[in-house]
Amino acid sequence: MKMIRNLPSANSFGQTSKVSLTVNGTNVEKEVSVRMLLSDFIRHELGLTGTHVGCEHGICGACTVIIDGKSSRSCTLLAVQADGIDLRTIESVANKDGSLHPIQEAFHECHALQCGYCTPGFIMNIVSEFENNEKIDTTDEGIRELIAGNLCRCTGYANIIEAVRDAAEKLQKKR
Amino acid sequence: MSTRSFGTRVKRNVDPKLLKGEGSFIDDLDLPGVLHAAFVRSPFARAKIKSVDTDYARSMDGVMAIYTCDNIGNLDMELPLLIPHDCMNDARTQRTLARDDVYHVGQAIVMVVAINRYLAEDAALMVDVDYEPMDVEVDIEKAILPDAPLVHPTHPGNIAADLTQISGDPESAFARAEHVTKIRVEVERSTAAPMETRSVAAYYDKISGVLTVWDGTQAPLTVRGGLASIFEIDEDKVRVIAPDVGGGFGQKVMFPHPDELLVPLAAMELGMPVKYIEDRRENFISSNQERKQIHHIELYATKDGDVIGLKDFFLHDTGAFIPYGIAIAQVASTSIAGPYRIPNIHVQFQAVYTPTVTITPYRGCGRPQACFAVERAMDQLAEDLGIDRFEIRRKNLISDDQFPYPREGLIFADGLPVTMDSGQYFKALDLIEEKIDVRNFPRMQEEARSQGKFLGLGLAYYVEGTGLGPYEGGHIKIHPITGKVYVNTGLSGQGQGHDTVFAQIVADQLGVNVEDVILTEGDSGAYDWGVATFASRAAVVSGNAIHKTALIVRKKTIKAAANMLEVDEDEIELRDGHAWVSNSNRSVSLAAVATATNPLRYAFNEAAKAATQFAPASRHDGPALDEGQAPGLEATDYYSPPAATWAYGVHAAIVEVDEITCETKIKKYALVHDCGNMINPTIVEGQVMGGVAQGIAGAMYEKVEFDDDGNISNANFVDFVIPYATEIPKVEMYHLETPTPLNPLGVKGVGEAGCIATAATIASGLTDALREFGNPKFRSTPITPSMIHEVLSSGSSG
Ligand code: FES
Ligand code: FES
Repeated sequence: MKMIRNLPSANSFGQTSKVSLTVNGTNVEKEVSVRMLLSDFIRHELGLTGTHVGCEHGICGACTVIIDGKSSRSCTLLAVQADGIDLRTIESVANKDGSLHPIQEAFHECHALQCGYCTPGFIMNIVSEFENNEKIDTTDEGIRELIAGNLCRCTGYANIIEAVRDAAEKLQKKR
Repeated sequence: MSTRSFGTRVKRNVDPKLLKGEGSFIDDLDLPGVLHAAFVRSPFARAKIKSVDTDYARSMDGVMAIYTCDNIGNLDMELPLLIPHDCMNDARTQRTLARDDVYHVGQAIVMVVAINRYLAEDAALMVDVDYEPMDVEVDIEKAILPDAPLVHPTHPGNIAADLTQISGDPESAFARAEHVTKIRVEVERSTAAPMETRSVAAYYDKISGVLTVWDGTQAPLTVRGGLASIFEIDEDKVRVIAPDVGGGFGQKVMFPHPDELLVPLAAMELGMPVKYIEDRRENFISSNQERKQIHHIELYATKDGDVIGLKDFFLHDTGAFIPYGIAIAQVASTSIAGPYRIPNIHVQFQAVYTPTVTITPYRGCGRPQACFAVERAMDQLAEDLGIDRFEIRRKNLISDDQFPYPREGLIFADGLPVTMDSGQYFKALDLIEEKIDVRNFPRMQEEARSQGKFLGLGLAYYVEGTGLGPYEGGHIKIHPITGKVYVNTGLSGQGQGHDTVFAQIVADQLGVNVEDVILTEGDSGAYDWGVATFASRAAVVSGNAIHKTALIVRKKTIKAAANMLEVDEDEIELRDGHAWVSNSNRSVSLAAVATATNPLRYAFNEAAKAATQFAPASRHDGPALDEGQAPGLEATDYYSPPAATWAYGVHAAIVEVDEITCETKIKKYALVHDCGNMINPTIVEGQVMGGVAQGIAGAMYEKVEFDDDGNISNANFVDFVIPYATEIPKVEMYHLETPTPLNPLGVKGVGEAGCIATAATIASGLTDALREFGNPKFRSTPITPSMIHEVLSSGSSG
């Protein structure tokens, strides 16, 4: 798993405020500009660049992370709003030994990514749905709804739908 | 024998890092102390700049530099015309930073560099530009009228280019015809909208004098050449790297956007790394777009539906500038006859300047517009003559034995005459007819009708000239320590899976695992001959270059292994990373062969011992390397296509219109396509599916909207509607594989295939569904619920 960067901030400017939060299981305390977006904080302050930014206005879902167990868009939050939260990013999804999470595995198996720019956002959204729902609706329509908050410009979604179904069925069998 | 990996569904090598968030897109690069650039952009479509005041901005905290047209030295110029053509006179291109005039909303005027992006954007806001706005006309049909305001005073009627191409003897065909169908079609402006916006970073190392530029581009070598020439430095002192790139679809092939010059300039002047990460609004208002064309197409036919002549006149919106020349319009005009014989063609276009974002290719590049024109016309001809839509096409398709089928007089975008090289056009049509279940459709349609639903069957055929020259190269080297195979090529990837398909090509020749073939592309420091990724050409041009190179390395490997194993060359087999003596258990690893072919003085490991000049394996009487012999298992070769190779396919859909919401639902979408031999069907299907999704987006949702003043009123993802998964249907795909005779692998390009026929298919389906409402024609895209509402309520449509 990628190490969280914990250097004094090069980007604290203007008025700042202290935030302390848990990031992928590690406690982090930082002084940040009160203007800084959470997505920028994650990417450029913590160095966790797997969280991507596609629109910065809440539509594309590329910046999706899991906050207190729920998938959330990090581009429409400020870093200071993250005080006290439990934050999980794409860097926490694979297993400690580097092997892939079942949904990552399924994306690989089903060719559900091309450029990979949208992928972390999809994965975080799907992981949170898997964690929060006993049962996943694995019909085409159900999966389309499940991923309807994420844009992908490359794949046309078909293989992403297959990947979600594949992983959901495997995970549900395990339960 | 190893199993052949060409043609199999190998998983992509690149996936795991992207899945774990370990990709390296430009904004992910950790450049210590990096400075950020932001731009001041014109809020007016056309204006005189009266003054630019940067004093206050310059004094702001954290601001490191401000660039206007007055302090950028020789970058204060009109940017190069990339693809010249005789039919343009005095083609207009953009200046790096505007001087005196602005020509579209979003044109760059000032670049601010500050210690972070927030401060750079603050300072950009505080730059004071005084404008004198001018009249504008953004409608291309009005822009060519005599009294329309001019974008460039040099170009009366706003005409940027005017070209007529003729094949056969159209005039006499027109005179002979018994029937003519004339229609007007209009395709709207769209944009590639890659999920990663354009971005660029640069660092100049004073000690080595090397300028390194990370550019999210489809054309790293072209960018390198351009930068070297504009900055007047040796190409070897400029290294351009396209790291992971989050989609391109043509938008990232154009060079240079102003930032691609100014960021390197700032990096050199300030001695610090600098980056510019475009935001989404900037991607809409300043990165290139495509699609707007209005065609007037006429099909001249005999009574029984044999089309003997085609006349097309179209207007092509080129935006404020025409840096990419007439490429799009030329592709449209040479694809206008689609898969049909139509021996007599008269096609003319006028490219029109409008005070809007510059037009350069977006996936499809003129093909979707041409397809929309000819396919909507074919449907109309069928209706006019009372012939079935499948039948009218059958009457006119080029048959298998007519290939190669030249269209003399039509010159394609590679400067070469159009010749359709190969295909099974009839077979594809038969197949789609079966798969969409045409026989049962009338019953389905009637049944649906009785339940108050309107079903329609849509159909469209397309062709796609792919794999354009001039050339690409491949370099292959077998690594002496690990036996892994390193492959380089000059173009770059944006998610197409090059690393995997090129690895498959190499793995088959060298008998290694696909995972042991490591591709480096898009880095001029690794390999620096080649052109770019565009026009569905990577698999064709780089693929064949790499294949040819692999054959040379294979030969070298076999020769060296035969020498080491003391057998004849024809007794050597390459598999599992080893060279084997056939039918024996004697083998030597490729790593050892690679080491042994490099005559050594020092024995740094076991394999090296065998390669030292004193070892028996070297068996040389004279010098360790013969005259003309090179050390190692390494080669470079090139492939230069004799002409474009033409892929094709046919789409069909069953669409359903909801009378209440006016929504169009795609109940079934099936397609047949043929891109020659498929290297990796999974990747091919991914390309086609992605293309179809973009096609559906253009057919039903996406339109860059300009208000009368030339402002884009939907420059964001809220108002510019990119389909989510809920809007894109399942697509059934059927493959034909007709190898092209033009290249050794028999492959054709597939990158753009999916998006070409989609709009025509859906329009055809909607026409069929809503016939009873005054026979609407659906001849413009996107086809929105409001258009359908109009049809349902008034009984007619545009
Ligand atoms: S970047 Fe956050 S939703 Fe697009
Ligand atoms: S894989 Fe490229 S945007 Fe989804």
